[in-house]
Amino acid sequence: MGCSAFSKKNMKTKILLPFTIVSFLFIFFILYVGLNRSNIYIPETVTNEKIPTFKVKVFNSEKELTSKEIFENDIYYLLNIWASWCIPCRDEHPYLMELKKNKKLEIVGLNYKDKVKNANNFLNELNNPYTLILSDTDGTIAIEWGAYGVPETFLIYNGKIIKKIIGPMNNNLFKEIERAVK
Amino acid sequence: MKILNLLVIIIFLFNFNVSNAKDRNLNSKITKNLRCLICQGQSIHDSDTEFANSLKLVVEKKITEGMSENEIYEFLKTKYGEWILYDPALNQKTYILWLLPLLLFLIGGAIIFKNLKIKKN
Repeated sequence: MGCSAFSKKNMKTKILLPFTIVSFLFIFFILYVGLNRSNIYIPETVTNEKIPTFKVKVFNSEKELTSKEIFENDIYYLLNIWASWCIPCRDEHPYLMELKKNKKLEIVGLNYKDKVKNANNFLNELNNPYTLILSDTDGTIAIEWGAYGVPETFLIYNGKIIKKIIGPMNNNLFKEIERAVK
Repeated sequence: MKILNLLVIIIFLFNFNVSNAKDRNLNSKITKNLRCLICQGQSIHDSDTEFANSLKLVVEKKITEGMSENEIYEFLKTKYGEWILYDPALNQKTYILWLLPLLLFLIGGAIIFKNLKIKKN
């Protein structure tokens, strides 16, 4: 009896040590991998989703448009979510002005949670790249687009979102759009 | 007749409040289960960012449109992905998350059971 209890105990310690080491390594590995991974969420930027359906007010007017009416033509559309209070929007503005020259592309602005007066000042100061500006005073239209801040830009063709840019545009993204719209 | 009218009005108001409260409960239940994507570690319900406030409005709108809780989750999942839900569904990416605690529980239970048996012997 005593002997078997002893061997059992011995076996236990034999198992216990490797078991502890393995579980320690396992936990270490998981935490180490987790440490290196960014926990800031970035949604997918290459999509092939259909554009959402919604009704929206045109900026500085009482007119209402549906999403179908806005993106009806057989050209590329760039939907840019912007606001006068958004500093990165100022940085990307020159790129939008440059893209405005492209005849195959139409830039639609979505004015996000902004005051009409401030938005007009912004456009007067930096020029207006948009052929049409929509107004999203409570931010719900931006949610329909799956956006979560300003600026955000969507390249649309044939009723589908081809590319999604989160944050301000830069030189590389600008060139990418130029290449896509040809 | 006057009393009857009054009674009808009171009943009407009472019912109205109940349905309103139900909507509000559902609203907070849903927004508590949504992750604020730009403020790490907070739910939409707790957050006061522009994004969270807009999302609260959208949820409210969808509830009044008659969408159910799951339909709203599905809708937001197509827009923002699984990450927006605090309560992730069981799938290929999350099965470890769901099954590991259960597995550990079973292993722990087995060890305790075995030890108890040894002690009895």
